[in-house]
Amino acid sequence: MKLTIKPFLKRTGQFALLVVAVFTFLGVGDEDARFRDIGHHLMCVCSCGQVLLECNHVGCQYSDRMRGELAAALDRGDNDDLTIQSFVQKYGPTVVAAPSTSGFGRVAWIMPFAALLAGMAGLVLIVRSWRSRPTPALADGIQPLQGPELERFREQADKETDL
Amino acid sequence: MSQFSSIALPQIGSFALLLALALGAYSFLVGTFALILGGKESDYLSETARRAGIATFAAVFLASVVLVTAAFTDNFSVAYIFHHSNKDLPGPYKFAVLWSGQEGSLLFWSLLLATYGFVLRLRYKTDPRLFAYASVVIAAVQVFFLLLLNFAAHPFAVLAEGNIPADGSGLNPLLQYPEMVIHPPMLYLGYVGFTVPFAFALGALIMRYPGEKWIHITRRWTMVTWGFLTIGIFLGAHWAYSVLGWGGYWGWDPVENASLMPWLTGTAFLHSVMMQEKRGMLKTWNMWLVFFTFWLAILGTFLTRSGIISSVHAFAQSSIGMWFGWFLIISFATFAGFYAQNYKSLRSEHKLESMISRESSFLFNNLLFVVACFTVLWGTWFPKISELVQGNKVTVGAPFYNNVAVPVALFLLLLTAVGPLLAWRRTSLESLRRNFMWPAVGGLAVGVLMMILGVRPWKDIAYFYSLMAATLAALVIFTVISEFVRGGQVIARHTGFSLFGSMLHLYHRNTRRYGGYIVHFGVAVVIIGILGTPFNRDAEKEMGFGDKINIGPYTLVCQSYTQDDNANYSNEWAIINVFKGNQQLTTMYPERREYKASSQPQTIPRIYPTFKEDLFLVNDLYVVYEGRNQDTGRPIIKAHLNPMVPWIWTGLIIMIFGTITCLVPNAAPIRATVPARVQTAPAVGAGD
Repeated sequence: MKLTIKPFLKRTGQFALLVVAVFTFLGVGDEDARFRDIGHHLMCVCSCGQVLLECNHVGCQYSDRMRGELAAALDRGDNDDLTIQSFVQKYGPTVVAAPSTSGFGRVAWIMPFAALLAGMAGLVLIVRSWRSRPTPALADGIQPLQGPELERFREQADKETDL
Repeated sequence: MSQFSSIALPQIGSFALLLALALGAYSFLVGTFALILGGKESDYLSETARRAGIATFAAVFLASVVLVTAAFTDNFSVAYIFHHSNKDLPGPYKFAVLWSGQEGSLLFWSLLLATYGFVLRLRYKTDPRLFAYASVVIAAVQVFFLLLLNFAAHPFAVLAEGNIPADGSGLNPLLQYPEMVIHPPMLYLGYVGFTVPFAFALGALIMRYPGEKWIHITRRWTMVTWGFLTIGIFLGAHWAYSVLGWGGYWGWDPVENASLMPWLTGTAFLHSVMMQEKRGMLKTWNMWLVFFTFWLAILGTFLTRSGIISSVHAFAQSSIGMWFGWFLIISFATFAGFYAQNYKSLRSEHKLESMISRESSFLFNNLLFVVACFTVLWGTWFPKISELVQGNKVTVGAPFYNNVAVPVALFLLLLTAVGPLLAWRRTSLESLRRNFMWPAVGGLAVGVLMMILGVRPWKDIAYFYSLMAATLAALVIFTVISEFVRGGQVIARHTGFSLFGSMLHLYHRNTRRYGGYIVHFGVAVVIIGILGTPFNRDAEKEMGFGDKINIGPYTLVCQSYTQDDNANYSNEWAIINVFKGNQQLTTMYPERREYKASSQPQTIPRIYPTFKEDLFLVNDLYVVYEGRNQDTGRPIIKAHLNPMVPWIWTGLIIMIFGTITCLVPNAAPIRATVPARVQTAPAVGAGD
């Protein structure tokens, strides 16, 4: 069945796109957001297992110092990668809250999406095998309904049973 | 405490555990033998196995009562009580000692499993043979836990005479919180409960059980178990939020992940099982799904108790990890073996007729749930894998899950909205368009409104996710409402009832379907609560009398500090007035305690949800008294402003209400007063 889109829906879609586009060009970045963003990509190394900006231990030997180092790096104008690398060199790779996107760390990021793709492929194969299964044979003289007639009966059944 | 009870209690407890093991082993071995033997002559044996299973419950219950009694009577000759209790521990927490440590929590697990087994064995007349199989499977799992309790993690181990201390080390301060009295039981009821549908599934597989009766039998068990696990997870999140003092509720810690994994596969099972019930499809998939749900619950326990994955929550490393490892291997091999033997009995009875159908939406929904589960499992294990492969550990924290799991969750939310609009077998595009248009317009309107209110999705990926989540959550809510209204209109047309009355009737008539919609509604509300996270703000300050912190539209003014002392802990708290503009909203009392028995400090944050001031765009004002600056001696106060968080807990209540609704039997349909299709010529002389 061909889907026809009414002009009203078309216009609604176009309006929504326009609104999104207008707001897209209004955005600006800020330093505070960078501090929050990078601070949430680093771990506190005091063994609390918390993200740097969420470590709340009074007297923590590390978090205040690390936050100061982060602020200083941003003040110097270091970019995000350089800032994170300087933390890795000083505190080791576990200071980064997520695996890197290079080397073996890349595997961590790829695997979930690979699993999704493999699952989709598996699903397609299952659906194909289901669809290729022969329809059960009917008794002599009975013709299975097809096309619009079948649709009409289905709609009638839906109407009469869908409470 | 008398000398007698000091010696007798651990002896009674140990004896009860040994007796439970003997009874459990009898139930398993003789039950298995009776099933192999088959025929009428094995009925007697099968009955003795069933009764032994019931008696196992009595013995495990006795052991649990003894341990709790030892806690209440301060019996520090029992090493477990010494390590997890003290004399001045309040009563409810002494009860919670049962699940506060390794040995006690295993005993508690065993008790819950025995309780589930007890109920199952009492209801055996529903289908004696299937129940006999399920009873044997439960007995096997029970024997594993009883072996652990008797030989690897004995809760009644006693301290050497002469070394018995006058007082205990006390309960971990983090656990001394009211929710800790109910969170672990709920979580464990969920974990352990999945053993029941698994036991029935395995029984049905071995028997080559025809039809879907086992699914009908286990439906309520699965729903109840899923409900407990959901409550357990959310209570854990609420506990973390209310106690840990970092202003968040979910940290993607391995222990949290361990609870999420069986929940994800369990939720997938709740959906896919409907395909088996209605269409005789996905039989193999459902078998594996229910097995993995059970298996992941055990895997979670393995993770937290083996020390293999480091976590701030994890129990101390111990030798029981090896036991769990072997149990996982044996249970997998057993299930795979029976599957290989009987898989031919699991052929689908129907084929998929259309990709635009309820069946296909369930297929995708299951795929996404399983991928989400895999992502969590993968993220939890990756530090270990990285260590094995390249020799150094990496951290897999929130940024990983936010970037990988959130997109999957958004797709799931989309399916939650679309799925209920699709009919079984096939749906015409026209009917989908007709039903989907108004919810879609409503969802888009919410998205546009959020952008107008200042959410800029291009500034940060987190804002983009928030916008998408809000739009899709709104779509789910509008879909649920439209489903109620559409169904209500049909009934109103047929019966002459009001729309509201018709919707209520509709709800009573198909509690499972509409209860499910209410759960979906609750999920959408939870998502609305979560999407505020990128907009969290916080401020920290050393505060003297009269000092202020401004956070968002609120001003916190320090009025005073005060101290107190009781037998369990000494504490100090701040008195902080909260203003919005010139209006005082409330006074908050963030507290810091020093527990005497363990000499450990603990912060008790105070939380003020602003429902009264901002009904929909509600904030949590979250204030922590962090302690005193060691250099200046001045108290430090940290304030968080967490938008929308109260909706998370509201969503949970809605989800639980929906789950309970699903468990209520359907009301009988009412007859239409004017059948719609019988409006032919009026009968002569009728009416007017």
